[in-house]
Amino acid sequence: MANTQAMATSFKTELLNGIHALGTSVTRGATTPDSFKAALYLASATMNAAATVYTATGEVSGNGYTAGGVDLTGTPDWISPASSGTTAYTTPSASIVYTTVTLTTAFDAVLIYNSTQGNKAVSVHTFGSQTITAGTFTLTMPTNDSSTGLLRIA
Amino acid sequence: MLITTTKGLMDEALLVKKTGEIDNEDERTTWTEYRLDGELVHRSAHVTLKKNVSMDPQIAGF
Repeated sequence: MANTQAMATSFKTELLNGIHALGTSVTRGATTPDSFKAALYLASATMNAAATVYTATGEVSGNGYTAGGVDLTGTPDWISPASSGTTAYTTPSASIVYTTVTLTTAFDAVLIYNSTQGNKAVSVHTFGSQTITAGTFTLTMPTNDSSTGLLRIA
Repeated sequence: MLITTTKGLMDEALLVKKTGEIDNEDERTTWTEYRLDGELVHRSAHVTLKKNVSMDPQIAGF
């Protein structure tokens, strides 16, 4: 037998579930999952890992699009965090859909943020630059597993 | 079939349809455009994300 230095895989999953508070934590009044939103950003914007909260700076605008974007519509918003091997992972439960919008300035990023916890940023995802004219923009999620889940703690 | 356009709902038969696809390691994207007399009146896109974000936490030894 030998001991192996490691971060517990269960800890990774529990981070995604908000179980551990290593610093000053929010006070939660319920055990229900938080709500999340997804906002689109112009190709000219600077949205990256430095994002801390949702911002309207650099966000798209146009007919049919409301500042702040759309709610994640899964029930719950994220598939219950799980782990495989030593990787914890989760993915939004449903596609993100912007229905009947006109966004004529090119955009190439989406910010997912926690609208329950002060609009704190979760992740930024980029894609090929798009415009939409009186149409629908749909973001479909990858397979939720340890290699392709949208959020992974490896 | 009726299509939502910048000019309201229009019969698809009146429009010129063009579709496209991008498939790479980051995404698979399909798009559909409709034009009326050369003017873009509808464009939809569907992006399937392939690229995820990951965190690789490190712990220190004593």
